[in-house]
Amino acid sequence: MRDSFAELWRYRELLYFFAWREIKVRYRQAALGAAWAVIQPLFSMIIFTLLFGRLARMPSEGIPYPGFCYCALVPWTYFSSVLAMASNSLINNDSLLTKVYFPRVLLPAGTALAGLMDFAISSLLLVAMMFYYHVRASWALLLSPLVVLFMVLLTMGISMGFAAANVRYRDIKYAVPFVIQVWMFATPIIYPSSMIPARFRPLLALNPCWGIVHAFRACVFPTLPFDLKLIAASLSVAVAIFLVSAYYFYRAERSFADVI
Amino acid sequence: MSAVIRVDRLSKQYAIGSAKRNSTLRESLADLFKLSFLRTRPQHETIWALRDVSFCIEPGESVGIIGRNGAGKSTLLKVLSKITYPTSGAIKVSGRLAALLEVGTGFHQELTGRENIYLNGSILGMRKREVDRKLDAIVEFSGVAKFLDTPIKHYSTGMRLRLGFAVAAHLDPDILIVDEVLAVGDAAFQKKCLSAMEDLRAGSRTVLFVSHNLAAVENLCERCLWIEGGQIRMDGGARRVIEAYLGAVREGQGATSSLDNVENRRGNGKVRYRAVEFLSSEGIPQQIIRAGDPIVIRFHYFAGEPVAQPSFGFRLYTDMGTLVTDTSTWHHGIHIPQLEPGEGYLDLEIGGLNLMPAKYPISLWITDMTGASLVFDNIEHGVTLEIGPANIYQSGRELDSRSGIVFFPQRWNLAGIHGTRAEVPPELPRHAAAIPV
Repeated sequence: MRDSFAELWRYRELLYFFAWREIKVRYRQAALGAAWAVIQPLFSMIIFTLLFGRLARMPSEGIPYPGFCYCALVPWTYFSSVLAMASNSLINNDSLLTKVYFPRVLLPAGTALAGLMDFAISSLLLVAMMFYYHVRASWALLLSPLVVLFMVLLTMGISMGFAAANVRYRDIKYAVPFVIQVWMFATPIIYPSSMIPARFRPLLALNPCWGIVHAFRACVFPTLPFDLKLIAASLSVAVAIFLVSAYYFYRAERSFADVI
Repeated sequence: MSAVIRVDRLSKQYAIGSAKRNSTLRESLADLFKLSFLRTRPQHETIWALRDVSFCIEPGESVGIIGRNGAGKSTLLKVLSKITYPTSGAIKVSGRLAALLEVGTGFHQELTGRENIYLNGSILGMRKREVDRKLDAIVEFSGVAKFLDTPIKHYSTGMRLRLGFAVAAHLDPDILIVDEVLAVGDAAFQKKCLSAMEDLRAGSRTVLFVSHNLAAVENLCERCLWIEGGQIRMDGGARRVIEAYLGAVREGQGATSSLDNVENRRGNGKVRYRAVEFLSSEGIPQQIIRAGDPIVIRFHYFAGEPVAQPSFGFRLYTDMGTLVTDTSTWHHGIHIPQLEPGEGYLDLEIGGLNLMPAKYPISLWITDMTGASLVFDNIEHGVTLEIGPANIYQSGRELDSRSGIVFFPQRWNLAGIHGTRAEVPPELPRHAAAIPV
């Protein structure tokens, strides 16, 4: 186990190269390049604002609905797009897995690292929106790097598990988009958490995405208080998922080259 | 010094065929259900790709690994390079190991040559600083300097190969593992690869080299492991192991071509060819002859009645049908007064068979020389002589039928060259002395 960590450290440059490759290739192939990072959450926000904000008059915890929605969509887009790509990161690189040795976890980790680029770009629009809606940044904003860390931890946790299972079971690939879709509606992104009936709240608190989305909003909008109990619950679940997933990956990685 | 690679009772088992593990979660769940309720156990068919393999490699050794397809060579390399895990046994590797199982692993079409050098180098275990330092040398070696900032999707296959090998050649590992990479690419590329590996060997690096190119193995390695059925069949000096291996390949295929059942033959049949054998100079039957080796062709005949003044001969063709040679006892001025009924044979001894590797059909004939011009026996393309690859000019270059039909005892004399860097390998071609001219 200790050897594995030492090895990860030795290969840290490769993590950077995998992330770099992904960013380079993605931005080079797409005509709009980096703009995609903003387009995806922006258009979701516009659609949700028209549908739920305007038509359904969805309450949004006292925050203008577009800001309320977009602020959650930024971490959610990171989570969902990294999960979708990272779960295929091993099988898409099968020629690497069968031809050369390196710590396998660097492939999903590279995707998670590359995703931060898009995350940073889409965050810029969030900053612009804060100015537009005259949101006064509070000290809470300084906590946002911790929330980002939390977000990466959860995303890596789930991605490792799915990526490893995807090598072993080829139907995982078809399940992932479906899981992401259901997950989105199970997370208070387009609706406020106040709409969740009290008896379901403990159950839904097991969804760590809720805690992330909430913590993010609380950092950005000072009117929203931190729900520490919720955040603690989400964080524990995320850590548990990360550990179980990492262990599964560690066990499964021995047979990747044979099974793939 | 202690071994750089120590392999101890290494085994690797694979599941095969229908026993291969379920590839979907749905199937696995269905099986789990069956197992717990129906109590039927799925049968697991497995094979041992490696079985109890043990060996040590000392620093600076260059070791060839040979064997038939599926013998376990590639599995051994994959286990050594940690790509796959052994089922049991232990491996101890000391020093930086680089495995080159493919040229240009991880190249990305959309990235430029320069970007791919960094990516590929990093995947193979180089640090960025190291690539920075060696970039010029890599670019120079690859010969694609002009296209360095072009995405490699516009590269030709050859350019991509050269770029990939250029990176690999600058890895600078303590131990280099190479698998069949030389099988691809044109002659110039292969030459470059071989000389790069030669440099590594000269720099007292440890090299492990798997190849079907036995000439290259013989040239590059002093020691050889012959793997068969997942086990080490022989371990020793490269020359000795390769010869034993070739011997076994020949044995396995049988070396006598019987002609008893040939239908397409002409002649009155008073005397007939029964079989043709190719023998080494020690009299051991050979299926494949190494180019340049001495050989004895033994013609077995059967005479049903006394035959006066026969002449035995044969014609050797290329597989394109060009006549290479037509020779007979008559050509040699040999007079055979009378054949008594019964079996017998004639041996044609050839000091060094200077044919390029290829398959050569042989036609056989026996005619009457008394003046009656009778044909006793005539078989068109009755047997095939197969010449296998060999290190013809002692250069490690494997030649084949593209280099022509024959080769001559020869040596280059460069005394008249104006210029530098013209080098002739010190020793004479191995067969130059062996072929009587």
